[in-house]
Amino acid sequence: MKADPKGVLTGAHFLDGDHACCEGALAAGCRCAFGYPITPSTEVVERISRRFPMVGGVFLQMEDEIGSSIAIQGAAWGGKKVMTVSSGPGISLMMEHIGLAAMTETPCVFVNVQRGGPSTGLPTLTGQADMMQARWGSHGDYETIAICPNSPQECFDLAIDAFNLAEQYRIPVMFMMDESVGHMTERVVIPEADEIDIVERRYTKKPPSDDYELYALEDDNPFVPPMPPVGEGYRFHVTGLTHDDKGYPAMDAQTQQKLIRRIVDKIRLNADAIAKYEEYQTEDADIILVAYGITSRVVIRTMEMAREKGLKVGVFRPVIVWPFPETRLKELMDQTKAFVVAELNYGQVVLEVERLVAGRAKVVLAGHGGGDIHDPKEILRLVEEVAK
Amino acid sequence: MSKETNKEMNPVEPYLRMDRMPHIWCSGCGIGIVVNCFVRALQKSKVDINKLAVVSGIGCTGRIAGYFKVDSFHTTHGRPIPFATGLKTARPDMNVWVFSGEGDLVSIGGNHFIHAARRNADLKVICVNNFTYAMTGGQVGPTAPLHSIATTAPYGTYDQPFNLPFLAESSGAVYVARWTTFHVRQLVKSMQEIKNKPGFSFLEVIAPCPTIYQRRNRLGDGLAGMRYYKERSKVVNGADTRNVDIKLGGDIIVGKFIDRDRPTQLEAMDQELSHKLGDKYVPYPTGVER
Repeated sequence: MKADPKGVLTGAHFLDGDHACCEGALAAGCRCAFGYPITPSTEVVERISRRFPMVGGVFLQMEDEIGSSIAIQGAAWGGKKVMTVSSGPGISLMMEHIGLAAMTETPCVFVNVQRGGPSTGLPTLTGQADMMQARWGSHGDYETIAICPNSPQECFDLAIDAFNLAEQYRIPVMFMMDESVGHMTERVVIPEADEIDIVERRYTKKPPSDDYELYALEDDNPFVPPMPPVGEGYRFHVTGLTHDDKGYPAMDAQTQQKLIRRIVDKIRLNADAIAKYEEYQTEDADIILVAYGITSRVVIRTMEMAREKGLKVGVFRPVIVWPFPETRLKELMDQTKAFVVAELNYGQVVLEVERLVAGRAKVVLAGHGGGDIHDPKEILRLVEEVAK
Repeated sequence: MSKETNKEMNPVEPYLRMDRMPHIWCSGCGIGIVVNCFVRALQKSKVDINKLAVVSGIGCTGRIAGYFKVDSFHTTHGRPIPFATGLKTARPDMNVWVFSGEGDLVSIGGNHFIHAARRNADLKVICVNNFTYAMTGGQVGPTAPLHSIATTAPYGTYDQPFNLPFLAESSGAVYVARWTTFHVRQLVKSMQEIKNKPGFSFLEVIAPCPTIYQRRNRLGDGLAGMRYYKERSKVVNGADTRNVDIKLGGDIIVGKFIDRDRPTQLEAMDQELSHKLGDKYVPYPTGVER
């Protein structure tokens, strides 16, 4: 299905990432959002509150992030494509409901414009230290999808992917911007609506009945059950408790294993289908720089400087960080000597790279506490050391 | 199966998930009476059951969503009101009811409660107040009368309890009533009244918890609780809500206290935006008459 032209601001614009993210959500079909202001994500909800009334949408500012993170889920079950927007402290408050969305398989998008943390940290300055929280920040076992745009253009393009993936897999998708990308202003080209592919809500084909099973699989999709429309007589029950196919609570280990196995597998076993990454000059690279979000732009400069010095350096950029593009990383591992992982934290995604490489190549962290981006020369120094 | 409807059936059965019975509530608990009254109210008002949703939080009362055979949502602790706000926003044609306990709605969920009332979110909120966190074994709650005993107030509580009708009225609710589970007819009537009333309606139901609250406070069994409600409840319709606080062993003022009108959240939004934006406004389908 193609995007509804009413929500698509076709043309070339000069937008920051926060504003572009709002336009991406509109293009994706989001007409219902709830949020609470927090730096550096506030511009997203400000633009939403200006734009939505012009396109038949609704934005409600809630009393807090906890309310926002569950109001979107009520609206999602009511048939809407929904999102909420926040940053570190607010996302921490939303964690319980990210788990609820995972457990009840509610399609929704959580935008996190990352700032320096922990706690109040650096409200106006950048960070990438919420990556492990994005993966498993809520209690219990689940998988999610985390997308890391590195430009305002991608804040638009990938926001559409975020909504599409949320519908396809019925999960909370974490849209992991960072302050640098959110507040960076660049050219953003918004295409015609008929060039934008939209994944619509998949509804059950079964008629309402007493035997209706809320989580029964259909259409040969072995992972993701379709949803019922609300208000049409299905009279279904949704619970955050462990539940059986009917949606009823079932307090036993067998039901738990069946349910959790499926909500974990629907992402893990589809990791290759979900994977999205970019590569630069990896063909002959002895050393591959791994980075995502804003840092993936910094390491391009490092790569160029290294190449000028005759070092064979490439860049591997996971665009979707969770699930990690594991298959491709393992292929690269066989042809390279070392990975240098650059991120604005002291070692999060590097742990995944180390796990996958499992000692078969060198893995080095180029860490940074946040508040600023790396100096490409510092990463270069590390590359030169590794090259010795 | 449907041909065999001649079998003897409790008239509430079509509204309940009989395949989930028996329920988890103790004998003497008041929550079942609330469920029963709600069914009666729906039967009397001939509501389209498919267009009605029940949202609950966590706790004994939070389990109501699981037994009510409508589109039902058992959410997280304290958060049924914002979930219901989202559902109602997405589907303004739905009749959205929140059933939860006082711990859920006004302790952990207190902020959502006051703000939804302030905005006049179009929700029907039923608070079953049994003065304790019963599901976790009887810890002190936000409405526990002064000096009552709880596992986390073993020598008696010293915190001032919330007076819920006063809290609801001062926060902006358009309908505020309190009944006990002894007042089944009045309870049904109040539920019928709020069913079609736009805006934030609040109904407090004082309910017995013989297993936890009453036993620990030596207040007798379920029957003793009902006898207490019968003897010590005073019906004062239109009472000043500042004066309806509940004391341990004291009178319980019940009645319909507030019934007033003002625009709902979505009506107010629609009015403001159409006034300010004029032709540029593309109305969100609120279901509101414009």
